[in-house]
Amino acid sequence: MNNKKTKKVFVQGAISPEKIADSIASHQSKTEIGAHSIFLGQVRADLVDGKTVKAIDYSAYEEMAEKEIHKIREAAFSKFELTCAHIYHSLGKVSTGQVCLFIFTSSPHRKGANDACQNILEAVKTSVPIFGKELFEDESYQWKKNEDIVRNRT
Amino acid sequence: MEIKVKYFGSIAEETGKAEETISLQNGISEVQEFIAFIFKKYGLSDEGTVQIAVNQVIQSEGRIQYGDEVAFLPPYAGG
Repeated sequence: MNNKKTKKVFVQGAISPEKIADSIASHQSKTEIGAHSIFLGQVRADLVDGKTVKAIDYSAYEEMAEKEIHKIREAAFSKFELTCAHIYHSLGKVSTGQVCLFIFTSSPHRKGANDACQNILEAVKTSVPIFGKELFEDESYQWKKNEDIVRNRT
Repeated sequence: MEIKVKYFGSIAEETGKAEETISLQNGISEVQEFIAFIFKKYGLSDEGTVQIAVNQVIQSEGRIQYGDEVAFLPPYAGG
């Protein structure tokens, strides 16, 4: 399997609908696949103390994040019936309504694709060192924190 | 005995830098001691939410050694 090597995860700015469409198209030749599952994270215009979020500026500890995502993929391949899995996350500024996270899992059957997609999503949110500054319309900001975070302190 | 230290997100904002090299003296070498040292140095506040990665692995105890890369990580916000 060539899905063991570390893949490029980070995309500068928003993930375009064209990139997502191209990814789908490129899997049409893999006819052993019977099911795809796609998760798209989109920047939400949260209202905080009367101010509306207009964008999130993402940063990451890239070397560690790539290693963590590699581990997440490996774990998904060992746990689920998967043909392939792709994970992309934005860096830099992503405006509300734009996509910042793209998870794409493919399997012969729906259960493998769905379960792996969900599993990867939760792991990306809790164990990958990505940071986000929520920028408000008035140029002020606050640091985003994922809720329900499970600390994996050793 | 030099340690490469990296800061991210809100912590980098508080320290005013993304990385630096720190010489370990005075026997500071345990992870928890090092965290306390950095927090005191920059007057950082939120020790309860910070995670430390030593050579890109989350660690809350053990020894920091010459050549290690220590990263201070605020809460994650991916997705």
